[in-house]
This record gives sequence, structure tokens and C-alpha cells, in this order.
Amino acid sequence: MTGFVTLLYKELLRFWKVGFQTILAPMISTLLYLLIFFHVLEAHVEVYPNVAYTVFLIPGLVMMAVIQNAFANSSSSIIQSKISGNIVFILLSPLSYRAIFFAYILASIARGLLVGLGVYLITLIFFDVPLQLPMWALLFLILGSAILGAMGLIAGIWADKFDQLAAFQNFIILPLTFLSGVFYTVHSLPTGWQVLSHLNPFFYMID
Amino acid sequence: MPPAIEVKQVCKQYGSLSALTDISLEIHSGEFFALLGPNGAGKTTLISIIAGLSIANSGSVKVMGHNVMTSYQQARLNLGIVPQELVFDPFFTVREILQIQSGYYGIKNNTRWVNEIIECLDLADKADANMRALSGGMKRRVLVAQALVHKPPVIILDEPTAGVDVELRQTLWEFIQQLNRDGHTVVLTTHYLEEAETLCNRVAMLKEGKIIALDNTQNLIGKLTSGNTLRLRLLPDTLPISLQALQINHSGGLYELRISDYARMECILSALRSEQIQILEMHLQQPDLEDVFIDLMKNSRN
Repeated sequence: MTGFVTLLYKELLRFWKVGFQTILAPMISTLLYLLIFFHVLEAHVEVYPNVAYTVFLIPGLVMMAVIQNAFANSSSSIIQSKISGNIVFILLSPLSYRAIFFAYILASIARGLLVGLGVYLITLIFFDVPLQLPMWALLFLILGSAILGAMGLIAGIWADKFDQLAAFQNFIILPLTFLSGVFYTVHSLPTGWQVLSHLNPFFYMID
Repeated sequence: MPPAIEVKQVCKQYGSLSALTDISLEIHSGEFFALLGPNGAGKTTLISIIAGLSIANSGSVKVMGHNVMTSYQQARLNLGIVPQELVFDPFFTVREILQIQSGYYGIKNNTRWVNEIIECLDLADKADANMRALSGGMKRRVLVAQALVHKPPVIILDEPTAGVDVELRQTLWEFIQQLNRDGHTVVLTTHYLEEAETLCNRVAMLKEGKIIALDNTQNLIGKLTSGNTLRLRLLPDTLPISLQALQINHSGGLYELRISDYARMECILSALRSEQIQILEMHLQQPDLEDVFIDLMKNSRN
């Protein structure tokens, strides 16, 4: 157990030490999205009756921040260790494979939640975003970031170079997030696209 | 007591390249063992297999009786490895790295031992410095420290003194010798053969993935080299006919003679005396591991 706890602690410390880059920066970029869409679209778009566009947008943006950061955490940690070679310290140790897996996933969940909650709390200052089912929301946040953390782990192990990892991120994670209904409701799409959206696993996390 | 390391018929293939062919080796508990060979001989591959970083195509490896594949956790608890590359985690300080490494091995409060290794390896000044700020030699010491956090009975050092200055080499070897005296089994690979010669009881030489020599260091030197080399500068610059059979080389005014034992010295001196040849310069060189190494590498090529 000590081995697992240490690896988890090390992974948490890793992103915490560069918190500007790993927590603050994604929070700011998410808030920028919000600011821009709020200014441009608030008056023009109504996705549901009596729901302001921004209020519709915020939960989606929060989830997007959560899953992107969960993915980024495990994948970047693994690939950095691989490229700099210091992954041997984990591989040489008697840590079980299960302990390694869960430590990386939990660290990803932690970073995802920190960024997501940060964004949500800041938006609460300006907008009234009611949470109908807070426990369900939390469960989705945790499971969503766990899935993306695991995908990041796979991507990090698979990729040998940073650009392979970037390809994974740009060609798989980013399109799936953007096409999952963060910025629009899938009901507004033509039927064919609606069916496709329902095949996108990210749609359910965002929805 | 099981052998510290037991390697049985290990083969490792990288595509069509055979990195290790049928390697069998037993390293006993408490030994100071050297694994020698030119670059690409398979030393690091063998170490990776012992460490469990790389999987052999066939054969088995045990560390203190624990199979490195089937009971890898037990095997790794008994093993400390100093990797060849200067790898480090740029996010942490020396002390943090050592505490974290202890944790990986399941040790919760290791402060006392960590402080002791920091002290012994002369790292105290840098204990709270970030790894990035350390010089190459310092990083090397941290790697050694990291391999020791769990007090492993078996320590493997893969070229620990490559690119390290003389002073550090000295402190490093003193420290490692102390560990060996305390009962740790030490295995090392090195390019400096005199290191292996002075430190190690037993030597294995690898070439192209095969063991070409495995013996006690002194036996190996005795068995594989034919006597001492005597170098003479003479006035006049001629070698008596009776001695020409011993000559192996003549360059730069120096005659090189191979003598099988010290008794031959007397014959050589009297032959020179009777021809009234004066000795201007004389060197007697005993064979060392380097000669053995060069001989073996040459012979196995032919």
C-alpha cells in the first residue's frame, strides 16, 4: 500500500509543483471560451426555452476541462518519464502493475476535478448555474476523468514521441470533445449527425 | 543459501539480432563480480533482464532465489540497480527523490537511512537542491543513492564511473567496497579494466552475446597470458642472438621480450653481460586484465 500511496503522492506533487501550467492555465483558457461565447452568442442562441446559452454552456465547458486535463495528466507524465528515462525508477521498483495503474488514474482524476471545480466556482460568481443532481454530476466527473486518465495512460505508453501523443490528442480527444455537444445541443443537428453524436462516448459525459 | 543471481540458459533476440545466446551464470552471495565486454556485447541487455525491464526469449533468472518474472516483487526488493544513463526526475529535490524511491519499496519512514546515504555519498550540500541543478557527477551519486534506499542485498552498477572524475571514482569505489564488506553482493560493468582487476573477485567477459571467459580474476590473468613483458633499451642497440627467440617486438629503440618466469631474468642479464651490452632503460610489466581482455577479444574474432 505504501508504494501505491507514494506513487500517487508523487504524481499529485508533479502537477502541483507546476500548478500554473497544469491547473491555472487550463482554467483561464476555459474561462476565455466562456467569455467569448457569452459575448457573441448569448443574445442570439437559445438552446432550450428559458435557459440562457451561457448557463447551458458552463457545465459542458467544465466537463470538457475535466476530461482534457485528466487525459493530459497521465499521458504527459508517462511520456515525460519515458523520454527522460526516469520511468525506470518505477519499473525497477516492486510496485504492482495494479498499484501503478490506480495511482496514475487517481492523479488524473484529482487534476481533472481541481480544474473543473475551479472553473465552476469562478463561473458561480458571475452566473447562476444551478446543479439539479450534484451527486450524479460528481459521479460523472469522477468516472469521466477516470476514463480519460486511463486513455491518457494508454496513449502515453503507446507513444514514443511527443508528436505521436499530440496526434492522439488532436485527432481523437479534441474532435470527440468538440463534437459532443459542449457548444450546442445535439437536438439542433440533422438526424444523421445526431446518430453519430450518440456513438461518441464523450457525448454521454458532457450530456 | 541461494546464489545472489542465477542466470540459466538465457537467450534474447531483437528481431534477427541475437543479443544474448545461452547465457548461464551464477553469482554467489557476497561476491564482487565484474561483467566486462566491449560496447554492444550484451552487458546492459543482461542487466535489463535481471532487473525485469526486459523479457528474455528463453531461460530463467533468479535474484536471491526469486524468479524475476514469476515473483518479480520479491526479486526487485532484493535488487538495487544503478542505471548507465544519467536519468533523473526534474520535478524533485535529491531528498524528495530518495524519500519517494523509499516509498516505492514500501518503506514509510526512511529518513535515517536516507540521511546516512546522503552523508556517505557526499550529497549533504545538495540534498535540497533540484535534480536539474546538479552536475553529472552529483547526478551519478544520486543514482547510486536511489539504488540503495531499500538496502538491497544485491547491487548492480552499470558503468557507474563512466564520465566521472577521478576523485568521485575514488569515493564511489570506497563506498561500494564498504557495502561489499558489509555483505552486499556487488555486480558491476565497467570500461576501466584496472577497476575490475583491483575490485572484483570474479570476472565474466561477454562478446557478441556470449560468455567467453568466466573465472577468478587472478586465475584469468594467469591462465590466459603467457608471462611478463620485459622492455629494454640497450647500448649498443643490438640484442644477443641467444635472446632473439624471446623477442616479441622492437620499436623506438625498445626491445620487448616475453619471459615466462622471473628465473629467466638471470639468463638475460648474463647474456647481455657476456656481450658487454649496457642496459640504458628497463621496464618489467606484469600482465593485467587488459591484456587478457585484448587477447580474448582478438582470439574469439579469429
